[in-house]
Amino acid sequence: MAEPAGTGAATRADVCAVAIAEAFRGDGEIFASGMGTLPMLGARLARATFEPDLLVSDGEAFYVAGDLPLGSDDKVIEGWIPFRSVFDTLWAGRRHVVMGASQLDAEGNQNISNIGPWARPSAQLLGVRGAPGNTVNHTTSYWVPNHSTRVFVPQVDVVCGLGYRRAAEAGAWIDAHHEIRRVVTNKAVLDFNGPDHRCRLLSVHPGVTVEEVVEATGFELVTDGVTTTREPTAEEQAALGRLDPAGLRHKEVRA
Amino acid sequence: MSDKRCTEDEAVATLADGMTIGIGGWGSRRKPMSMVRAILRSPLKDLTVVTYGGPDVGLLCAAGKVRKLVYGFVSLDSIALEPHFRIARQTGSIPELQELDEGMLQWGLYAASLRLPFLPTRSGLGSDVMALNPMLKTVRSPYADGEELLAMPALTLDAAFVHLNRADARGNATFLGPDLYFDDLFLGAAAPGRRFVSAERIVPTEDLLKEGTFHTMRITRGMVDGVVEAPFGAHFTSCEPDYPRDEVFQKAYADAAVDADAWRAFHERYLEGSERDYQEAVARG
Repeated sequence: MAEPAGTGAATRADVCAVAIAEAFRGDGEIFASGMGTLPMLGARLARATFEPDLLVSDGEAFYVAGDLPLGSDDKVIEGWIPFRSVFDTLWAGRRHVVMGASQLDAEGNQNISNIGPWARPSAQLLGVRGAPGNTVNHTTSYWVPNHSTRVFVPQVDVVCGLGYRRAAEAGAWIDAHHEIRRVVTNKAVLDFNGPDHRCRLLSVHPGVTVEEVVEATGFELVTDGVTTTREPTAEEQAALGRLDPAGLRHKEVRA
Repeated sequence: MSDKRCTEDEAVATLADGMTIGIGGWGSRRKPMSMVRAILRSPLKDLTVVTYGGPDVGLLCAAGKVRKLVYGFVSLDSIALEPHFRIARQTGSIPELQELDEGMLQWGLYAASLRLPFLPTRSGLGSDVMALNPMLKTVRSPYADGEELLAMPALTLDAAFVHLNRADARGNATFLGPDLYFDDLFLGAAAPGRRFVSAERIVPTEDLLKEGTFHTMRITRGMVDGVVEAPFGAHFTSCEPDYPRDEVFQKAYADAAVDADAWRAFHERYLEGSERDYQEAVARG
């Protein structure tokens, strides 16, 4: 893709926000759940533009109607989504989450628990959190703000979110409901829909080369037909200005 | 009519070494911190702690109180990683760990509260939660689907501690913030006799609805054995709408994890006296 409708003024963070929003395209009236600044912005951007039926939250306990800028508390509440309802919604499959990943491997397994040996990790992280349940119940995407061989490893140390082989081995129901829709990073957009669910490089962000992404990935990528990630349309650029007036996205992605 | 009011120290005095205790709240939100501080003051040891972990875990681990931790995560929310928990894990000082999917934790508490041996779920299947917890077993659906599901065992507690906004002297309590979290399930999973609610204020029963609708009445006296009046009892975690998280204090707590001297200084300043001493030290800044 060239940038047919692009404004030319987009920053890397803008491109990332649009790429995350694109992950929600076609999702309809489900909970678009974003963990962290860019995923939350991406969900709100999708809802503000091409996916208007999405439900988005304030990141605390409420669904909000209309545009809620990042960091703002000036919200129109349209529903209540305390943690218990989040669990109900995700077990019912009415959700698509964009989570972080401290490690992501060639099969699509994700780790946010810890790095190193379990008994005495070199770096304790969050714990598995909701990743096991998310990945067996509904569509999951990942946001990686620092695309590097530290994150993209041949094999994760702890499997929190399931990749494709694990999902297939966990039974027919889980296999049928498991999907890693997209991996968006500060450099590129990937998925696991290469041959045998191998990781595929879909597009590189404007200014990034395929070689650079291959170099920053610790396993082999399918690189057939790689395009350039599209830039925001004028409508999307305007929505980004409304949804993140303080420019918090630029603190997370500086390029 | 029983008046169930007691102090934190009286509540903690009902516990014994080796017990399994559940701690309500979520991350660094509405944690029964005055109860946690009372446990820190006590000689209790070898506890199994079940929690959606926040600074309760960091403090109890730093004090060497935890023999086993049952959790889905440990986080301070605005500070993603709990530094005292990290030290405990990275030095291998927690003897036993049961790390579970967040939903499994809910399911285990719910099973215990319904007196069921387990509840079926898919959450956890296929992940390393299974390998890391070899006690977990699966069960096959007896119906036509024949699906193999994870049988999440009941997480039965010896005691539970939760912090609410308002309570009466008999144990009816209201949550006024955005989320009950799983406080009702922690109380439900615990043995009668050691189910404790602390509250920002104890009010007459007829005042329980003055600050919220009946929807806030999710904790009723049949679920509660002891009530502690604990203003700022959730400090430094949030207790909306009474007060937000004390971010400045939380940062000081997290920063004090950098070395033993810094932690000793923090401990001396805040954690060596009574709850009143703690609150006065916080007020002095």
